[in-house]
Amino acid sequence: MRRGIAATALVAALALAATACGGDTKDGGNSGAKADGELSGTVTWWDTSNDAEKASFQKIAEAFTAKHPKVTVKYVNVPYGDAQNKVKNAFSSGSEAPDVIRADVGWVADFASLGYLAEVPADTAKKVDADFLPQAAASGKFEGKTYAVPQVIDTMGLFYNKKMLADAGVEPPKTLEEVKTAAAAIKAKTGKAGLYLRGDDSYWFLPLIYGEGGDLVDAKTKTVTVDNAAGVKAFKTARDLVTSGAAITNATDGWANMQTAFKSGEAAMMINGPWAVADSYAGDQFKDKANLGIAPVPAGSVKAGAPQGGHDLAVYAGSKNIAAANAFVDYMTSQEVQVQSAKELSLLPTRTAAYEQPEVKASEMVQFFKPAVDKAVERAWIPENGSLFAPLQVEYTKAITGASSPEDAAKAAGVEFRKILKGWK
Amino acid sequence: MAAHTSQSVAKAAGGETGPDTGPAARGRSRRTDNRNRPGLKRALATHWYAWAMITPVVLVLGVIIGWPLVRGVYLSLTDATERNVSRTIGANHIEATYEFIGLDNYADVLADPVFLQRLVWTVLWTVACVSITFALGLGLATVLNREFRGRSAYRMALILPWAVPGFVSVFAWRFLFNRDNGILNKILEGGGISAVPWLDDPTWAKIAVISVNVWLGVPFMMVALLGGMQSIPGELYEAAEMDGATPWQRFRHITLPGLRTVSMTVILLSTIWTFNMFPVIFLLTRGGPGDSTEILVTQAFREAFVSSPRDFAVSATWGVLILLLLTMFALVYRRSLRKQGEVW
Repeated sequence: MRRGIAATALVAALALAATACGGDTKDGGNSGAKADGELSGTVTWWDTSNDAEKASFQKIAEAFTAKHPKVTVKYVNVPYGDAQNKVKNAFSSGSEAPDVIRADVGWVADFASLGYLAEVPADTAKKVDADFLPQAAASGKFEGKTYAVPQVIDTMGLFYNKKMLADAGVEPPKTLEEVKTAAAAIKAKTGKAGLYLRGDDSYWFLPLIYGEGGDLVDAKTKTVTVDNAAGVKAFKTARDLVTSGAAITNATDGWANMQTAFKSGEAAMMINGPWAVADSYAGDQFKDKANLGIAPVPAGSVKAGAPQGGHDLAVYAGSKNIAAANAFVDYMTSQEVQVQSAKELSLLPTRTAAYEQPEVKASEMVQFFKPAVDKAVERAWIPENGSLFAPLQVEYTKAITGASSPEDAAKAAGVEFRKILKGWK
Repeated sequence: MAAHTSQSVAKAAGGETGPDTGPAARGRSRRTDNRNRPGLKRALATHWYAWAMITPVVLVLGVIIGWPLVRGVYLSLTDATERNVSRTIGANHIEATYEFIGLDNYADVLADPVFLQRLVWTVLWTVACVSITFALGLGLATVLNREFRGRSAYRMALILPWAVPGFVSVFAWRFLFNRDNGILNKILEGGGISAVPWLDDPTWAKIAVISVNVWLGVPFMMVALLGGMQSIPGELYEAAEMDGATPWQRFRHITLPGLRTVSMTVILLSTIWTFNMFPVIFLLTRGGPGDSTEILVTQAFREAFVSSPRDFAVSATWGVLILLLLTMFALVYRRSLRKQGEVW
């Protein structure tokens, strides 16, 4: 009889599971605009900001309810590293998908080309063209249509510990050669490392390749350029920084290790962007905020160059509440909100007029990064943009850990890039 | 009534599981085949209860395993990507435009040196993990099989890694392995030994992933082998002791043969699990540094989910190849067991 009972129990369990699945329907609150034009329902926002920033963004997002009392904002923080994948999973399956996402500028063309994003309303698109920094606006477009509104813009700079550099008697370095001399002086004086070079994220490779006058790809001529002479030189430079002892690095947990090393004074310099400012201020070394210095990224043998990055807000094409989602995006990219995040988190606004505001003018970090952004290298806004970093990551780590030579790493990256960019030279 | 029902179910179950239940069942099912329709009809009439019972299971397995499998094999013969499959997202409706391309994907994957590299490391990883896990599990089981004070406390402690969710353990290990701030290196540095780049050096990273997987796998091995040991009759040991056999001789000639059935099963299971052990590799090193710890399944994941547009066809191809490899392994393994006289 025992088997009979087990089978019955199984059938019962299955029936229960089936009903449980069936009961999991949407709350029905996503009704969108009511007849009287008042917005209602729920807007789910997936934010990718880091631990130091997220509390501030959650507060800002939830304040949307003050303007639209019938709209509930559901704030979800998705760690940046996993976000691209999670967003794609949610968008392609449609279940539990967010209404609004904070997309890295490199993802917008990709998501738009796959049909995941709703076009922004015509009046918003006009506003984006008129009021926003042109290089930020460019990232939200795909094939002439606007799919995303720029929220923040950024680039990278050399973060340094003023006290440590002064103790070692060196000036903030302007070139990677000077970084090496400075690092030697710092090591001799304090025993600490000069530079932390992030090794587990190939975005940090971009300043090195721009510094040699190279780039990952040339979209105009449809050419892969990561494996040309400049690319090889960039891999060599990365390897050299580590082997010469000028830089320390890790192949895993790079973000946490970099921030820990810099905040605790284990490393005197790092290359990073405005998104790291709020977190750096939380460290022991920067209790006195004035100790944090920022300089342009060190130049390679050709020039100094840092990538232009940032984040855009985009609405999911399958959202049941597009009207409210659009209103939320408008609010989150409004001048007041941008000024607030500039003040609290030192993030750079995307609206031209925001830079005239006293709070923004008062932020030393913003004042430093704004001219840097103006000169930053704009990436090719192609759908494959975000995909290039995964294979580049593999080769970049191999090169800096010595698992493969700079030449082989550049060559292998080129092979992988051409697999992704079918038909490119 | 109760007796009657239970008997018919037992019989039916024996008939269903076929070759696995040994010669008797095999003989009978063969007879049923020879009688064709009337036999089938009679079998249905006698065992309708059993058929009714297994229908939900068959249906569920068909839906959750059979259909995806068929679909996966089909996708591997096409050029489907995220861009050309049909999808409806809000107002956007996109028609499917992918095509049947035969075995091209298989040719491409097998011609790529990456496949061979991953296969070599996957086999190495599986063999290393399974043999170390088995050896440690056997050793611990032998120790715990004796009577001593606090035995159950030790048993509980050793089963603990199994009770902790896998990803929690892996993340804990990741903290321990952290080169700059991890406890392991702090201890080494305290002892005057220079820090080990656990996850930053290809060789150390391989050692690290193997040791974490062994740590996760030992409890299962130990429990299974301990169970096997306890089913060996004590009289055998008594008799051997009377004959003056040394402990080593008793272990070799009683314990090991007695554990044979259990160990064959756990080795097979453990091999399949380790071969496809996605979380340990993915969460600990993400296949890195570079791609040095990437095994076949994590590579398949990379193909499908990391680059854009997601390449469903190539990923399915990897999946089918992995399935074929494991099926081949299981067949060879079973055949070699049968040669040794195991009824399995």
